[in-house]
This record gives sequence, structure tokens and C-alpha cells, in this order.
Amino acid sequence: MEKKQFDNKLVQWVDHRLPVFSYMNAEYNEFPMPKNLNYFWNFGALATVVLVTMIVTGILLAMQYTPHTTLAFGSIERIMRDVNYGWLIRYIHANGASMFFIVVYIHIFRGLYYGSYKAPRELLWMLGVVILLLMMATAFMGYVLPWGQMSYWGAQVITDFFTAIPIIGNPLTEWLRGDFVIDNATLNRFFSLHYLLPFVIVGVVALHVIALHVHGSNNPDGIDIKEPQDTIPFNPYFTAKDSVGLGVFLIIFAFFVFFAPNYLGHPDNYIEANPLATPAHIVPEWYFLPFYAILRSITFDIFFLEAKLLGVIAMGAAVMILLIVPWLDTSKVRSARYRPLYRIFFWVLLVDCIILGIVGVKSPSDLVFPGISWFDYKTLGLIGTIYYFGHFLFLMPVLGLIETPRPLPTSISKPVISLSSGGGSAPIGAAAAKKEKA
Amino acid sequence: MCRLILAVVFVFFAGNSMAAGPLKHEAQDWSWNGIFGTYDRAQLQRGLQVYKEVCSGCHALKYVAFRNLVDLGYSKQGIRAFAKTFDVKNAEPNEEGETFTRPGRVTDYFPSPFPNEQAARASNNGAYPPNLSLMVEARPHGADYLYALLTGYKDPPKGMKISEGMNYNSAYPGHQIAMSAPLDEGAVEYTDGTKATVRQMATDVTAFLAWTAEPNLEERKSMGLKVMLFLFAFLVILIAMKRRTWADVH
Ligand code: HEC
Ligand code: HEM
Repeated sequence: MEKKQFDNKLVQWVDHRLPVFSYMNAEYNEFPMPKNLNYFWNFGALATVVLVTMIVTGILLAMQYTPHTTLAFGSIERIMRDVNYGWLIRYIHANGASMFFIVVYIHIFRGLYYGSYKAPRELLWMLGVVILLLMMATAFMGYVLPWGQMSYWGAQVITDFFTAIPIIGNPLTEWLRGDFVIDNATLNRFFSLHYLLPFVIVGVVALHVIALHVHGSNNPDGIDIKEPQDTIPFNPYFTAKDSVGLGVFLIIFAFFVFFAPNYLGHPDNYIEANPLATPAHIVPEWYFLPFYAILRSITFDIFFLEAKLLGVIAMGAAVMILLIVPWLDTSKVRSARYRPLYRIFFWVLLVDCIILGIVGVKSPSDLVFPGISWFDYKTLGLIGTIYYFGHFLFLMPVLGLIETPRPLPTSISKPVISLSSGGGSAPIGAAAAKKEKA
Repeated sequence: MCRLILAVVFVFFAGNSMAAGPLKHEAQDWSWNGIFGTYDRAQLQRGLQVYKEVCSGCHALKYVAFRNLVDLGYSKQGIRAFAKTFDVKNAEPNEEGETFTRPGRVTDYFPSPFPNEQAARASNNGAYPPNLSLMVEARPHGADYLYALLTGYKDPPKGMKISEGMNYNSAYPGHQIAMSAPLDEGAVEYTDGTKATVRQMATDVTAFLAWTAEPNLEERKSMGLKVMLFLFAFLVILIAMKRRTWADVH
């Protein structure tokens, strides 16, 4: 497309010296996108919007927040009551964290379904995992800042797990806390890091997008771009499509902020932290529950390894395992659309994660079904954990070897395999293609 | 396949809700429930009276200032007069360097009945009456729980042993609470002539404490309605734009 690039003289002048305008044009205006992307490809853009929202609201909150154990809780109440629209800013920030995780979890599962982690997008995927880790650290420390009961005791429980590490465990934990217990030193450093990490995330997101734009987006068929008809420019097509996704997302976000602002929170965090009163149930935020369930599912020692340490290792491994997913999956076919077996186990994995999330809120000794005395949540958690790791370490490599993929379309522009080419697969492909067009 | 998963998940949740504890708190029909809900000013004023005359002897109301009472529909003079009925310790010492108490001012916060937690425990058999201003947000089921607690003083079930200094309460976790029934029939004489039954006072003071917990609730909901209206209209436009843009893509 030979356009008169940049009529404006000033723009020309700047671009000649610092090509930001050409860059924006190439990467966000003319950038070729597969034309068959469905709405699951909105979530990266949504995550970017939430990231910016979190940074803006966070900076505003930090102008009024006091990171001191005796003043933090009260300063939050002042924000809620006396600062102009303070309640709005805080509710956006608090619910924004939940929105961020839901968006990023969908983004990740999208990648798992359509095989977006496969060559040549391995580093793009791994940078995503790094973002996830940074988000978790940021959210965990942010939750400590209001200095409520859950803030305090959550931090207590989580940092305590570091003591399980042999030899260096105790000194490491003290070093992290800056004290023998969670106290003012901890609150101060958490505030400092909570302010810092989002900007680190911005940096990694930039790398993530640079990596993305080398080979462009994957697509629901999981096949490479073959001819010019396969793509359309990012603008106006995907600016328009992302905007629709954003519109829906904002409605959901606003619903929580304005009509259920505390629904995703825990009532105990409206009680000021009290080191002498342990809450009856210490539960993390919902987005950590599956990992918390994995952490608590290991209740037995293996040889010289203590259960507590094994739990910590399992929890860490649950995230880290995502890093090697590109090499665990042995199938050449990217999209689950053409992988009849993997597709089923993808959904089983999703259900497993939801079950682990439920296990995370329950007391380990509660019974799953009243009447079946051996089946408590601890057992369910262990089963869920074994399945989780089994999915990645066993199913992923094996499925790729035993599965017969459906025939792939020859190109994005011709998604439906010609009816003559082969038996039963055509109607399925056709139905799927129809659904995605909506 | 999907249906099977749904069925499993459903059984799972059904099983769980059955296992949930037997604590009683029925959902009440609060005026501020729902997306259009607002506080009832007369009810909040009655609730304030109950707090002042009954609860304030033991419970603090941190973070609430007298000036905030304009929200309840009081005039500036009324609030000034109301503030004066409280003794407030001055933040700064006087010229002789002595701390002193003085009648409350509009800008003061509700004073706490006890100087510190130890003093509060000493006068309450070792139990600590918590700050009430955030109570509705600090308990599961919020206002419904509070109402159930205040109306939950009953004779203990046969065979249940109540410890020394404790009282049976059907809503309190564990059913034994150190606070004795704070509300008796006619404990206050409402200025608006409402009959002061225990249920009436419990409802009113709960409503008042819902307001202290979230004084911005009305502003939040009314802004929310406008935002939602805008967002839905905006979405329609965005969908129309997207359709037009994509019309030529095959
Ligand atoms: C004589 C002192 C006293 C008075 C008056 C009093 N309370 Fe209490 N209240 C207490 C004590 C002591 C506790 C702590 C109970 C415990 O820990 O078992 C308490 C606890 C509570 C709790 C917390 C229950 C929970 O879930 O932890 C609420 C809510 C409460 N009071 C509300 C009120 C209200 C409303 C009034 C006024 C109608 C009131 N109280 C009047 C002494 C009092
Ligand atoms: C702050 C969080 C994140 C932001 C802002 C972000 C941003 C984006 C954006 C804008 C895109 C392009 C649009 C899209 O395909 O949806 C994208 C693509 C992608 N992201 Fe992320 N991302 C985040 C987190 C993650 C995480 C945690 C992972 C995986 C662990 C991940 C994996 C991927 C992959 C594989 C793609 C390419 C998808 C494809 O082409 O099919 N991202 N990301």
C-alpha cells in the first residue's frame, strides 16, 4: 500500500530523525494479521489496557497511601471516605487485579488451545510466563499494602513457606521480610516493590510484543500465513475488533466496580491487621487458589524431603512447567481444532484447574461428598495436582505421538477442506469455521 | 462431553452447599440492596440514635467524623450541637503542656469509649468490643449477619453449656459471645415516635452501620448506572463500526 506517508511537515522532520511514526505505522497500522482470528485474540490487547489502568490508578493511590503498619489501614479508609473519588480509584485498582488475572488466564488457555507456544513462538510464550510470574509477585505484595487481617496473615503464611528451603531457609525468609516477622520493614519493601514491578512488566510486555511481531500472530487454524489474501492490516480491522472486545470487557469490569466491589475480596481484610488474632481460615485471592491447592496437596515426606518443601517445589513447578511446554508438546499440528485427542484433554485440564481452585478455598480435612469418609479435599487436591503435572509431563508428549490429526486446511483463505479430500473431517472443519466467523 | 462436565461440577457444588454450616442469617430486604438501592435517611437517623445511646458505651466508630453526618440529612447547627454532647480529647496539649478534654467539634471523629484495647478488655470481662464502623464489610453476609446477631439472643438449646460470662447467640460463630444482649425492648425512645422494639432497633442500627461502612454507596451506584448506560450505548456503536469495517472481508 503506497500511501503518502505523513503529510505533516513536523511529523516528517521527527520521523526522519526518530522513526517512531514509521514504527507505529508498520507495527500497529499496516501490520498484517491473519484474517481468521477469533475473539480469543482480543485478550492480549485487553491485558495491555488493564496494565495501563492498574499503573494509573496505582500511582493515584500511592499519592494518598501511607506505608506504615500503624497508618496504612487508616490511610486506605481516608482514601475511601475523604479523597475525591478515592473509593472509585481504589475499587478500580482492587478489582482490576482480578480482571487482570482472568484476562491473562484466558490469554494463556487460548495459547494452549491453539498451540501458540510452538515454533517459532517459543520465546514469545516464555516471556509471557515471565509476565505471569511478575504479575503474581506484584499482586501478592499489593494485597499486603492495606494491612488488613488477610494482608498480614497471607503474607505470614506465604513467606513462611520459604523457611522450608534447607539450610538457607531461615536466613532467606528473614532477608525477605526484613525482620523476624512480618512488620513495618516488610510493608515498606513490599510497597517499594509493588510500585516497581509493574514497570518491569511493561518492559517485558514490550519484549513480548516485539517477539510477537517477528512472525506475527498465530491463528485458530494454527497454520502459517501462505498468501497475501490470508492477512488484513491491523488497522482498521483489528482496532475495530479489539474495541468490541474492550467494550464487553469494560461492562464486566464496571459491573464489579460499581455493583459488587467487594465480591471478589475477603471480609477479613476490612479488619485491621492484628498479629495476635489468627483468622479462622486464611485464604489467598481467588487467582492464587489453584496454586495454593497444589502447595497444600503434598502432606507427606519423600525420603529426606519434607512435605512443606515439596509443596513449595510443586507450587513453583506448576508455573515453571509452562516454560518448557513448547518442548513437551510433540505434535507438529498447532491448533487443537485439528487434534481430536488433545482437544479433549485441554478441556479436562481446564476443569482440573477449576477443581484445584475450589480445593484452594476449602479446609483440607472437609469431605468432598458428605458420607464418603476417605474422600476429603486434601485427597482431591492431590489427585488434581497429579493430573495437572500428568497433563504436561505425560499427556502432552504422548498425545503428539499417538494422535492422528485431522487434515489441515491448505491456507487461511481456504479454511474448508474440499469435500472430496476426505471423509468425516470436512463437516467438523466447516462447522468450526462457521462458528468462528460470528 | 461439556454436559457431562457440567453435571459433575453441579453435583460437586450441590454437595458442598449441603455441607455448609448451620449458622442462621436470613437475607433481609434492605433499602440499599440492588442496583437502585439507596439509604433511608430516617432509618439512618434512628440508627445513629441507637448507636449513640446503646453501642457507643463499648464500641468505637473509627473513621467516621461528625461532619459526615450531613449525609444523614442533619443541618450544620444540628451536627454542631450533636458533636458538643461528646467529650473529645484535644490532639494538642494546652499552654501548660497538659492534655485536656473539650466538647466535640464538627471536624472531630467519633471518640472511642476506651483509651486503648487493654482498658476496653478490662471493662468487658477480657473481651474486646471491636470498632463498628467497618463491621458490615468485615463479616460474611454483612448487614444480614449483623441483624441476625443483634436479634439472635435466645435460650441456649437443651444440653448446651454456656461458659461463665458468655451468652448464647444463634448467629455468632460458635454460638457463644461475650457481649450480652445489647438491645432491650424500649432501650431508646425514638424522637420520631417509632416503637423501639428489639427488631426495629436492630434494623436501624444495622442500617446506620452499613452507612458508616460505605458512606459512598449511593454515589457509587448512581454513577454506576450512568457508566453502564454509556458503556452499553458505546458497545452498540463499536459493534456497528466493526461490522461495517469487516463487511468487505471474506
Ligand atoms: C456492654 C458493652 C457492649 C455494648 C453496650 C455493646 N456491645 Fe457489642 N460487643 C461487646 C463485646 C465485649 C464484644 C466482643 C464479643 C466477643 O468477642 O465475644 C462485642 C461484639 C460485637 C460485635 C462483633 C460480633 C462479631 O461477629 O465478632 C458486633 C457486631 C457488636 N458487638 C455490635 C453491637 C451493637 C450494634 C451494639 C449496640 C446496639 C453493641 N454491640 C453494644 C460489648 C458491647
Ligand atoms: C501483562 C500481561 C500480558 C500482556 C499485556 C500481553 C500482551 C499480548 C498482546 C497484546 C498479544 C497480541 C494479541 C493476542 O494475541 O492476544 C499477545 C500475544 C501472545 N501472548 Fe501475551 N500478554 C500478557 C501475558 C501473557 C502470558 C502470561 C502468556 C503465556 C504464558 C502470554 C502468551 C502469549 C502468546 C503465546 C501470544 C501469541 C498469541 C498468538 O499469536 O496466537 N501472554 N500478548
